[in-house]
Amino acid sequence: MATPTRVKQQALQAKHDALEARLAAMTMPAGGGWIVSARNAALTRLRETGLPHKRDEYWKYTDPATLVQPEPVQAALFDDDGEAPVFGEIDRVKLVFVDGVFDSDKSDDPSLAGVEIERLEEASTRDLHWARDLYGTLEARGQSPVRRPLATLNTAFATDGVLIRVTGRAAKPVSLVYLHRSETSDAILHHCIKVEAGAELTVLENGPAAARFNKVMEVDVAEGGTFHHVRAQGRDHERRAATHIFAQVAREATFKSFTLTANGVLTRNEVVVEFTGDDAVAHVAGACLGDGDFHHDDTVFVTHDAERCESRQVFKKVLRNGAIGVFQGKILVQPGAQKTDGYQISQSLLLDEDSQFLAKPELEIYADDVACSHGSTSGAIDEEGLFYLRSRGIPEGPATDLMVLAFLAEAIEEIDDEKIADDITSRLEAWLARRR
Amino acid sequence: MLDIKNLHVKLEEEDKEILKGVDLSVEAGKVHAIMGPNGSGKSTLSYVLSGRDGYEVTEGSATLEGADILSMEPEERAAAGLFLAFQYPVEIPGVGNMTFLRTAVNAQRKARGEDEISAGDFLKLVREKAKDLRMDQDMLKRPVNVGFSGGEKKRNEILQMAILQPRMCILDETDSGLDVDAMKLVSQGVNALRDAGRSFLVITHYQRLLDHIVPDVVHIMSGGRIVQTGGPELARQVEEEGYGHLNEETA
Ligand SMILES: Nc1ncnc2c1ncn2[C@@H]1O[C@H](COP(=O)(O)OP(=O)(O)OP(=O)(O)O)[C@@H](O)[C@H]1O
Ligand SMILES: [Mg+2]
Repeated sequence: MATPTRVKQQALQAKHDALEARLAAMTMPAGGGWIVSARNAALTRLRETGLPHKRDEYWKYTDPATLVQPEPVQAALFDDDGEAPVFGEIDRVKLVFVDGVFDSDKSDDPSLAGVEIERLEEASTRDLHWARDLYGTLEARGQSPVRRPLATLNTAFATDGVLIRVTGRAAKPVSLVYLHRSETSDAILHHCIKVEAGAELTVLENGPAAARFNKVMEVDVAEGGTFHHVRAQGRDHERRAATHIFAQVAREATFKSFTLTANGVLTRNEVVVEFTGDDAVAHVAGACLGDGDFHHDDTVFVTHDAERCESRQVFKKVLRNGAIGVFQGKILVQPGAQKTDGYQISQSLLLDEDSQFLAKPELEIYADDVACSHGSTSGAIDEEGLFYLRSRGIPEGPATDLMVLAFLAEAIEEIDDEKIADDITSRLEAWLARRR
Repeated sequence: MLDIKNLHVKLEEEDKEILKGVDLSVEAGKVHAIMGPNGSGKSTLSYVLSGRDGYEVTEGSATLEGADILSMEPEERAAAGLFLAFQYPVEIPGVGNMTFLRTAVNAQRKARGEDEISAGDFLKLVREKAKDLRMDQDMLKRPVNVGFSGGEKKRNEILQMAILQPRMCILDETDSGLDVDAMKLVSQGVNALRDAGRSFLVITHYQRLLDHIVPDVVHIMSGGRIVQTGGPELARQVEEEGYGHLNEETA
């Protein structure tokens, strides 16, 4: 019989074995400059932790094996049947990556008043102080109290990404488009975004990116700055992704992030937000639609270490045909973070009895004058409501869709820009209509 | 218009018969009222006619202008011209009242092979009907019935009826929860819709409503059956004497 300590040791060994196996299959990107020391530091940190293992508490509901293993699982390319591209109608500066490699021909000229945009691959040899100070820094800080080794792996091995510094009000969004063209691609991208005091930027992301995608986005929003993020992860059924957003939100700054996930065999989206100044706002929201072989995990950690900050986590999942949804969300209120306003809701709508929602909502509060609430529910379509709609002449299919959209509404409302919100809603409607 | 013959209905889940042979015919252009003690089966009849789940018809028939409605889906019954103003209107968080109304209007038009209503015409129609019922714009923007008071919910039912223009309108205790003024507005709304091609089945406990919406025929339902039928005077008799006399007659 294996004793508990034996089991623990074995799991630890497995994490390190997994790391060595992965490292053996990778080479650190060439090039010098400031990034080399950041990469090496990450590698050192990684060697202390190893890679995630299903016996890790933080991976209790999601088996990281296919995200960790040396080679990605092959993922068939997806035929979107000529669907209009996501955000296609939005006036934006488009930067395109194909299987994780920047494609300048497909991209727009990256010039935008008040915004400096650089490629990670090119910028690392240049003397960009702000990027040097940011790259890997928020990721490293986000390793406590919970380890996130896939993000550390990313810092060490990212092949490309964008570095964006905003000093004014960006006239249009920067749109990162991730195309998937190879069934075996394994993309690692790392973006750094610095929103200077009072500046404003929206970043859009869409697409599957690769068979396997590991992405980190570090966002530093300075005093009074505003950062909006809206992403639509690709519809490829077989794609896998592990993404991390690390955000630092200063005094009176705003950080808002929304993610739509429809399809994808495995997705783990981690968002780590830390308030570093008073009176700031951070909203993190997600809507996901899963049908069949679909496992989607939202893992969110918000730390209040300042006064009068407002945080919201709104996550809604629609699941059918055995799809699995996971939510791990935490609000940590540090001593002294008085007048914190924390809200967290995670809900699933199960369209049949085969689907599953696993939720671990957590509040950890060390300040006495705070207002925090959280709720998590899982339920079926409200039959009374459905009958009411049908009794007015709306057929069962569209009536069900209306109910599903109503369920998702609270998450969609987190998108401030009406045009972008409409685009996302139209994706939801199309997804539902295809399944009628 | 509506012909119900020997309708027997039991609950799907348990062996409990609720309607025990209902016979009722509502002619085109007429207003019929149904009164009757609590639990006698009035709402059940309205639900069965509109197609709600949970009931099983074991015997009998119900036709709307000759078409067997019991074999239709709820939305088909609506498109055929049947409308139920619910005793307890349902709240649907997240679905805006306007979206709901527009979707319903267009779904019914589509089912009848008609074109969709234009956005402009729809807005005009809703504004006009809402004004008649003194419903403010804010209520139209809110999610369906969410946060509405009891009386506002009932008014919203009548608004839907005024917009959808059904031919067979069933009103289940639309008067309960209405203040005196709202009752007048709602009655005016109903009376405005009265015409030769449209019929009403008004379920109520009180003569008060029938002072405003004067019925052609009044039925008393008891124990899952229509036990008495008469003119408007029958409603006044119930108001004065209650249902005590029924026990002797039906025993
Ligand atoms: N789903 C159900 N489960 C159990 N009993 C039911 C169900 N639906 C109806 N009943 C029963 O059937 C009977 C008739 O109910 P119904 O609601 O039709 O009465 P009603 O005449 O509308 O009464 P009221 O005047 O109080 O509105 C009642 O005894 C009620 O309890
Ligand atoms: Mg009733």
